[in-house]
Amino acid sequence: MPKDGGIGASSKRREDVRFLTGTGNYTDDINLRGQAYVHFLRSDVAHGRLEKVDTTDAEGMPGVIRVFTGADFEGVGGIPCGWQVTDRFGEVMQEPAHPVLAQGKVRHVGDPIAAVVAETREQARDAAEAIVLDIEELPAVVDMKAALEDGATKVHDDLTSNLCYDWGFVEENKAAVDEAFGKAAHVTSLELVNNRLIANPMEPRVAVGDYNRASDESTLYTTSQNPHVIRLLMGAFVLGIPEHKLRVVAPDVGGGFGSKIYHYAEEAFCTFAARALNRPVKWTSTRSEAFMSDAHGRDHVTKIELALDADNNFTALRTDTHANMGAYLSTFAPCVPTWLHGTLMAGNYKTPLIYVNVKAVFTNTVPVDAYRGAGRPEATYQLERVIDKAARELGVDPIALRRQNFITEFPYATPVAVEYDTGDYHATMDKLEEIADIKGFAARRTESEKRGKLRGLGVNCYIEACGIAPSNLVGQLGARAGLYESATVRVNATGGLTVMTGSHSHGQGHETTFAQVIAEMIGIDADQVDIVHGDTARVPMGMGTYGSRSLAVGGSAMVRATEKIINKARKIAAHLMEASEGDIELKDGQFTVAGTDKSVAWGDVTLAAYVPHNYPLEDIEPGLEETAFYDPANFTYPAGAYACEVEVDPETGRVTIERFAAADDFGNVVNPMIVEGQVHGGLAQGIGQALLEGCAYDENGQLLTGSYMDYAMPRADDVPFYHVDHSCQTPCTHNPLGVKGCGEAGAIGSPPAVVNAVVDALRTGGSNITHIDMPLSPSRVWQAMQG
Amino acid sequence: MYAFEIDRPTTLADAVKALGAEESQALGGGQTLIPALKARLAAPARLVALSGVDEIKGICTADDGALCIGGGTSHADVAKGAGAYPALASLAANIGDPAVRNRGTIGGSLANNDPSACYPAAVLASGATVVTTNRQIAADDFFDGMFATALEDGEIITEVRFPVPEKASYQKFDQPASRFALVGVFVAKYPDGVRVAVTGASEDGVFRWSEAEAALSSDFSAGAVEGLSLSGDGMISDLHGSGEYRAHLVGVMTRRAVAAAG
Amino acid sequence: MPEVSMTVNGKPAKGQIEGRTLLVEFIRDNLGLTGTHVGCDTSQCGACVVHVDGRAVKACTIFAAEAEGAEVKTIEGMAEPDGTMHPIQAAFQDHHGLQCGFCTPGMVMSAAALLAENPTPTEAEIRDYLEGNICRCTGYHNIVKAIMAASGQDVSRVAAE
Repeated sequence: MPKDGGIGASSKRREDVRFLTGTGNYTDDINLRGQAYVHFLRSDVAHGRLEKVDTTDAEGMPGVIRVFTGADFEGVGGIPCGWQVTDRFGEVMQEPAHPVLAQGKVRHVGDPIAAVVAETREQARDAAEAIVLDIEELPAVVDMKAALEDGATKVHDDLTSNLCYDWGFVEENKAAVDEAFGKAAHVTSLELVNNRLIANPMEPRVAVGDYNRASDESTLYTTSQNPHVIRLLMGAFVLGIPEHKLRVVAPDVGGGFGSKIYHYAEEAFCTFAARALNRPVKWTSTRSEAFMSDAHGRDHVTKIELALDADNNFTALRTDTHANMGAYLSTFAPCVPTWLHGTLMAGNYKTPLIYVNVKAVFTNTVPVDAYRGAGRPEATYQLERVIDKAARELGVDPIALRRQNFITEFPYATPVAVEYDTGDYHATMDKLEEIADIKGFAARRTESEKRGKLRGLGVNCYIEACGIAPSNLVGQLGARAGLYESATVRVNATGGLTVMTGSHSHGQGHETTFAQVIAEMIGIDADQVDIVHGDTARVPMGMGTYGSRSLAVGGSAMVRATEKIINKARKIAAHLMEASEGDIELKDGQFTVAGTDKSVAWGDVTLAAYVPHNYPLEDIEPGLEETAFYDPANFTYPAGAYACEVEVDPETGRVTIERFAAADDFGNVVNPMIVEGQVHGGLAQGIGQALLEGCAYDENGQLLTGSYMDYAMPRADDVPFYHVDHSCQTPCTHNPLGVKGCGEAGAIGSPPAVVNAVVDALRTGGSNITHIDMPLSPSRVWQAMQG
Repeated sequence: MYAFEIDRPTTLADAVKALGAEESQALGGGQTLIPALKARLAAPARLVALSGVDEIKGICTADDGALCIGGGTSHADVAKGAGAYPALASLAANIGDPAVRNRGTIGGSLANNDPSACYPAAVLASGATVVTTNRQIAADDFFDGMFATALEDGEIITEVRFPVPEKASYQKFDQPASRFALVGVFVAKYPDGVRVAVTGASEDGVFRWSEAEAALSSDFSAGAVEGLSLSGDGMISDLHGSGEYRAHLVGVMTRRAVAAAG
Repeated sequence: MPEVSMTVNGKPAKGQIEGRTLLVEFIRDNLGLTGTHVGCDTSQCGACVVHVDGRAVKACTIFAAEAEGAEVKTIEGMAEPDGTMHPIQAAFQDHHGLQCGFCTPGMVMSAAALLAENPTPTEAEIRDYLEGNICRCTGYHNIVKAIMAASGQDVSRVAAE
């Protein structure tokens, strides 16, 4: 192994030094000469007709450069949606226009109406207050089921209704599923809400648009997880700027969790305004703005039914979900409740028949899109809750019921279109029982009871589909993009490497782990390898980071490019040592000829590539730089088992997490320290969803949780130390590293464990409660206990 | 924020003078006012920062044994320096977070009278006296409903005098997001009786729970308030809890406070 | 426009400000010290924590004018002049106490204030002290561990039992 860490080493993160010393370069740290500032005037009503937007007074205010309204964007494209879902009747989804600034109507609190560009932030905000609005307020559409009733107010007048699509999956199985329910020995059903969340990366979004009149090039600095995707969407669909005239840079990004995947109006505005005004235009979101302009997550209302035979085998599963799209379709919104949700409904179980129905609904709320896990947490939550409920109804051990129904043979083709390549669910459950000390639970419960507390244990499994995704498959499913990844490996004459990856790190540590992989492959020290990401001018077309795809897809592209490098270097080495290429071996940065003591160092080969005096010029070109695009053959399927122990204060309803254990199978692991960190973060977000977080609107579409005063973020004292383990490893069979992805697991697997644990605790307190909707706040738990 | 000028007097007299100007507003620690200014919920022409007025900072004991805390004393300094009144020190040590406690002041908190703030419960339960630049105001006369007090324009809280009880405890049940009190109950036992003050719960702001006071004055034990209950009517009802829930918590927190007071 | 002067990381600093200029704006915009971050507008996230006269303060909730004459320390002032990281910074790297890095400066400054008050805090004391510092990435596990390690405590058995 390289001395500073190859594959499998918990190398310290190299990016940490700049973050720890205050020398990171986040988008808000970028200030361009002559920049102006934009303030967006946002709607404070959920739904209304824009009768008048009078900017006359505002234009005369001090420092104001120009005031833009929706009228300035007529003839300019709208914010596009990247996925088209086809419904159960073969029709494509309803897809409304999404103007950069509101035209005709406002459709959610926070919808931008006008944009004031001024010399200072405060001047822009002062002038925004001088804009005179005349808005005819319309009834707000908030509740999804009410939105679908006949005669309901329409969010979009030009659509036939508020239904985006009615999706059935697998539609051909519907009759067989219904028939299986008819024959079931036992049916457990559960109605639940997967609560709306707000991603809340700690860095609010920022956009800085710049324009170079001499070269006619636009540059956008933005807080994005995928700068190339922004360049493509904004250039081609919104502003009509060809990609060779548009550069998008996402420098250090302070967390994303999905919310920084999407192309947002503010990005398009700053780029547009910089061209129009010929000077840089900067927007920095306040946290209050973030609450009403960042895409939200989750927000499903589901009825799930599980059919079992007399031996407690799962025979069929049927779900009916309403999924909130919000007022417009965010970039990947339509695929979240469908292809990222329905395809995971088999979970870890060999249920032979599954039917999923999803109705996606427009409402006068902020658009909803993927948030850490995206669709898979929703699938896992409902499935693992209904299994837990079934176990209690049947009087069987919840772990035993799960084990009895585990998939045990791989590859396994589920009835919901995906094929799991590998896994070992008993192994992760065995590991969980060990690290969670399930055997010791009874004693801990007794101890809690002595202190007047109710203690509960909740266990669940999860599976996710990561490494998104095979392009030809997702194309059939409605994706309007490919989902490959790219890497360029540039070897310098003196042997160091610069690797340009299309993946993007916003906390995941790519600069460290990606370098570890290359160091391992070549046998050099990782500090010889520099990882570059986040700049379309430096990196080949890439699809970015989300869906736990960086190492599985981006890392694979990098491996492929490095293999090309090594193959070429081997040819050069063979020439230098006058040996046959087939006899050349590479180990520890030395090329050797098998069976001889001949060797040539990596650095000699790289030098020869750029100073080709003694070089096989007739066979290969000089230089040592290769690019690879990797398109995965399948998804990857990380899986695991989680356990949570809670205490409930029966007097107040307050729930505390006493223990949390996670046994994950991520396949091979490059940097265990980083993998564990990813799981920790996911667990906190899942615990946050289960106990604390819930975005709420009132019946008028006013956001009730518009700041950290009302949206409860998990803090250090809300969570315990976690017991995490990733020693169960069934490597992915179809990518070169055998990795599966670890970024979302914690957030996917943890909410059901928490809720299962609370229900368990309340039952020991004599309650017959079978379910409480998240977040399990003290008041909700107490209310439920009142019966 | 709207534009304003900021004054930073170093004497109380200068502060009073500065506050005499039109549209002037006092700035204590700013931990509530500054976020409100950011949201453009207030538009003062001039802020008079009291952070430089050393004469209203500090803690001492009066001849009658009362603990006197300067209006400009930070929560952190009360937490450290109010050892003579442990329940009060403990309350101060759990307001907000450490950085907030380093800036926020007792005078600022009382003048703002947020219905979920902690200090009003201590002042009311202790029967403290609020000393201002103009006068002395008894706790029972000071609080005047949510965000309202007996203070007049330009009046600055210079000191709060707390009679030290025989036993006392403050029990706070956090609102999960803001960590303000969803319900906070301060119980203080004096030779002449027990006072119980409740914050966070009522639409009218901090209040005394007289029924509990009567019961505890005759029997200072958690059991004495076991059967007592408050109505949810008039209690704050929001995302974080119904009026009924808050009323229930008042009972729970009162019992716990009595038990903790010992 | 009034002028303010203070000492920042041991060096004199002054600049023109408005009444409404926050200390964090002065630090970031006037001084170009962009390590101090702004993550919210309700004084809760703690990304902006700096030390003013030795005390942890949210730089977004104090006006620059109020720091007149004060000794201010920001994240940029934590490492040694030769670049050697402060033991708390080193512990955050050793124990992976940061991911995206955005909350990190505030976390480090809060941790430094905690250890100055309480040199060997318990796990519970650390978690309590961090109430005003929100991290969305780490789940706090490794932050708490890093602070324990920085205080000289053995963390090899954390969550291992």
